[in-house]
Amino acid sequence: MTELKTPLLRERRRKEFAGGVLVHLVLLIAALIALTPFFWMICATLKRGEDLFTYVFLPWRHLERLTLDNFYALFTKEPFGRWLLNSLFLSSTMTVLVVTLSSLAGFALAKYRFWGKRPLMLVMLTTMLLPGQVMLPGASKMMYELGWMNSYWAIVLPGAVSVFGAFLFSQAMQTVPDELLQAGRVDGCSELRLWWEVALPMVRPMVGAFTLLSFLASWNSFLWPQIILHEETKYTLPIGLANMVQLPEYRVDYGILMAGTLLSIIPVVILFFVLQKDFIAGLASGAVKG
Amino acid sequence: MNRDRWWTWQYRYAPYLFVSPFVILFLGFLIYPLAWSIVLSFYQTASARGQQKFVGLDNYRFLLGDWLFWGAVVNTALYTLGLVLVQLPTSLGLALVLNDRRVRARGFFRFAFFSTYLVGNVFVAVMFALILSPRAGLMNRALGVFVGRPPDINWLGEPDLAMPSVLLASLWLSVGYGMIYFLAALQTVDRELYESAEIDGAGAWSRFWNVTIPGIRPVLIFMLLVVTIGGFQLFELPFVIFESSAGPSSRALTIVMYLWQSGWEAGNLGYAAAIGWVLVLLILGVAIVQLRMTRAMQEV
Repeated sequence: MTELKTPLLRERRRKEFAGGVLVHLVLLIAALIALTPFFWMICATLKRGEDLFTYVFLPWRHLERLTLDNFYALFTKEPFGRWLLNSLFLSSTMTVLVVTLSSLAGFALAKYRFWGKRPLMLVMLTTMLLPGQVMLPGASKMMYELGWMNSYWAIVLPGAVSVFGAFLFSQAMQTVPDELLQAGRVDGCSELRLWWEVALPMVRPMVGAFTLLSFLASWNSFLWPQIILHEETKYTLPIGLANMVQLPEYRVDYGILMAGTLLSIIPVVILFFVLQKDFIAGLASGAVKG
Repeated sequence: MNRDRWWTWQYRYAPYLFVSPFVILFLGFLIYPLAWSIVLSFYQTASARGQQKFVGLDNYRFLLGDWLFWGAVVNTALYTLGLVLVQLPTSLGLALVLNDRRVRARGFFRFAFFSTYLVGNVFVAVMFALILSPRAGLMNRALGVFVGRPPDINWLGEPDLAMPSVLLASLWLSVGYGMIYFLAALQTVDRELYESAEIDGAGAWSRFWNVTIPGIRPVLIFMLLVVTIGGFQLFELPFVIFESSAGPSSRALTIVMYLWQSGWEAGNLGYAAAIGWVLVLLILGVAIVQLRMTRAMQEV
């Protein structure tokens, strides 16, 4: 019996093992494709102009040739520090506003009955089907009449509305039990405190996921800010870098460009690590329902 | 007593207070510009400040015969088709592999694949403008590993390679993002279904078609729609990679890029608005066809 079984089992184990190796091989190759451009970029930021084309990655045998000049030039030759501050300011303002307003609206939609709720939701759904670019001509005309060309108001206020976010929170907050809210009311809790202390903590993963997505969207947004902002000191990072690409001097010496790109990615990566757990959980629950 | 009255008041009006900041901004900065975009599409304008002239349906009529616009539609549609055909299977494949129970260091791989999505469109475009550069770009060097010596492919200069170059950048950006959704969906498929299928003698291929695909169908359809709609809105990648031009022989001109050129380079916001509304119709049309097709496939 045992003699018959062992070779079969061993065969099976060997197949199992070979499969495992294959799986990891595929994953490693994919990870290499995903990560190599990052590594290449980091290397490019540390190289001198004349070394850029000589070495693919780093001059391993002449590590003393590495330099931080690219970063230095970025802040002295271009108003990069200013763009970084502008981007940080705009993105955090918009993110705080859009998370607050969307979760408040979502709470009202999920847990209250009020006049005009159905038609409102219908109009919201319809606008969700439209690609955002169709608004651009009307919006740009409107901002011109308001005198908001070149003003952050024209970016922050439209950025504070998210129909998607309101629906997301409304869907998530359906799960908050009415009895819990009622119990809070009996204890004399105001409605605003019910939102802040009962509803929001219960949908925490959604808050994390939506915060990250909103920050990413505003950090990377380009088309609309580019239409509105015309002064170099008001630029955000994407506009500043996109303009640098067009300057002939950086075509040759692109270490500076890569330094700018690297520094533009880092804040988002930090935020991702802070919110990572919530993000995966929130995305998973949202995706399955969607 | 006063406190009680305040409490009743806030209880009664709470939903209106909660929803009103959202609704005010929604009406002011979404509905109003949308309505103005409809009106504008019947006008010819010289610029945002310039005078405008009512032209009725002329913008739409001109658009129908505008070969630059239709070229942009073809470019955008081809890009979207490529994205759907490559991104969805690659994302799903990666998710399937990553979902294998033998995988170690799953967190690392998940982050490695997703990390590219954290780089925004514009930054990916800046990176790829250099990665795809002809002489010593990373892409040609990487190909050189397989061919012996780096080929001298002019990725961004050849008309036929313009959109494939954009597609490469786009895939690098979005495959991991799609994978996260598929991974989440795969984890909800009942493990017992696989086991009973295996006992019934179903091979890996048959388990994939009969257990996995039906199990993740809603997410699959959702991703198909999201990728298609996103594909039709392509703008930043080609705009930055080709330095706000339409690329070699206008082969990288997309619908939204043409909308931008008409509205803000040429100053005709009315024409831009008309392009926007035709884009809406195109996207709705494609989405409806896709939904019909997926429904028909379900019945077979």
